[in-house]
Amino acid sequence: MSLMQELAGKALDLGVPLSAHLDVTYRCNERCEHCYLDHDDHGELTTAEIKDLLHQLADAGVFFLTLSGGEVLMRRDAFEIIEYARSLMFNVKLKTNAVMIREQEAQRLRALGVEQVQISVYSHRPEVHDAVTKLPGSLKRTLAAVRLLRAQGLRVNLANVLMRSNRDDTASVQALAKEIGAHYTLDPTVTPMMDGNTSVLRHRVDASELSSYFHDPSLVGDVESFCAPPTPVDEDVLEGLPCSAGHTSCYITPYGDVYPCVQFPLTCGNVRREKFIDIWRHSPQLNEVRAIRLKNLTTCSSCTHAGSCTRCPGLAYMEGNMRGPSSADCEKSYVRTGIVTAGMKARKSSGSAAPGLVQIAPAPSLTA
Amino acid sequence: MSDKYIARSKAVAARVLGGEMMIMSAVDSRLFSLSDVATVIWEAADGRTPLSEIVTKRVCAHFDVSADVAYRDAEQLVEDLASRGILSISAQPIPEGVAEHPAAEAP
Repeated sequence: MSLMQELAGKALDLGVPLSAHLDVTYRCNERCEHCYLDHDDHGELTTAEIKDLLHQLADAGVFFLTLSGGEVLMRRDAFEIIEYARSLMFNVKLKTNAVMIREQEAQRLRALGVEQVQISVYSHRPEVHDAVTKLPGSLKRTLAAVRLLRAQGLRVNLANVLMRSNRDDTASVQALAKEIGAHYTLDPTVTPMMDGNTSVLRHRVDASELSSYFHDPSLVGDVESFCAPPTPVDEDVLEGLPCSAGHTSCYITPYGDVYPCVQFPLTCGNVRREKFIDIWRHSPQLNEVRAIRLKNLTTCSSCTHAGSCTRCPGLAYMEGNMRGPSSADCEKSYVRTGIVTAGMKARKSSGSAAPGLVQIAPAPSLTA
Repeated sequence: MSDKYIARSKAVAARVLGGEMMIMSAVDSRLFSLSDVATVIWEAADGRTPLSEIVTKRVCAHFDVSADVAYRDAEQLVEDLASRGILSISAQPIPEGVAEHPAAEAP
């Protein structure tokens, strides 16, 4: 067992939120066609509120802190927040589109000891990338920033969301990442908007097209293992946890709402009204999420893929049932192995082709 | 005997989990777990306090060990931590923000 696995296991045993993802703003200088956010400012946490929150997170034991948005650097106090987070000894990862990063910003991120900068790149071709972001010149600026960050020795990860518009460019972005000395990740899942709007799902590639990506060793490593048929599910697997959301990790919106995960918009409390640690320990919603074991999942517990599926409880929640299947993950399990999932069978027998998504509303008192 | 000054690297993250100090280097994402004694020394590594004073006041005061043995062990420990990029060592006091960034490496 690696030290990291030991750390995660210890955090789980102690009930410590080892990781937190804090979006400091939903404002953004890009308007990506697949984005799940409303970019208006509905009353962001102030600098003082964020600093207080960071103290609370450190006291609660959070070690890995992801700062993101929206575009994190849209906040004038972004570097003040990053510096403060580093003074509290968080391991800080930044998610950004990087268009506002110049030499000075790259140097400062390096000086602050930021561990990793994740940058969204949709294509190596400006006409494709800029069409996704709707910001002319964005690819040029983003890639210039990536090179500046790499020149500083910072670890950079190019995050490439797979969509219909850029599906032909993944290999080129991967090659670009290699040339620059950046890591590369391909995310095949476009998620619904946080307000429940599913229109962005039209950007998802078809399941039939996913297959080629799941059989590409440069993306998945050992294809035979990745696409192997699921192994029989035993009691240990059924007693397992669906994922770390709400167990050792959480997400906080720019308005102070606490969710189990950025992809799991179940409001568990708000740090403007309660201390973070009280939400973390006593929120009925978080405790409900924590109580769920694989054996409790209505459809998935009987699925042959139960032990190997990447089922996202947040996506399942947005489909209407946090204990139900996530159709996107059913699709992935099927494409990987060619074996139909229990969720697919259930949908077929109920005649439901497309899952309905619940409407996610922000906390009423926090809307402008 | 010339004394040493030690300072925590600014390129690390640290958190105590269940009484154990965990440290991660931002340079190469390596994770370390420090022993109790190492934690005391690491926490006292402010760049201004001589290692001998840290050993006398922080280590010997809390652990049953002679000053000579503790200092020798501490020297070895700080050399080890420095080789991993999570601590700086100098013969002079280390001003805040100086020499605390080990060289970066490619992914």
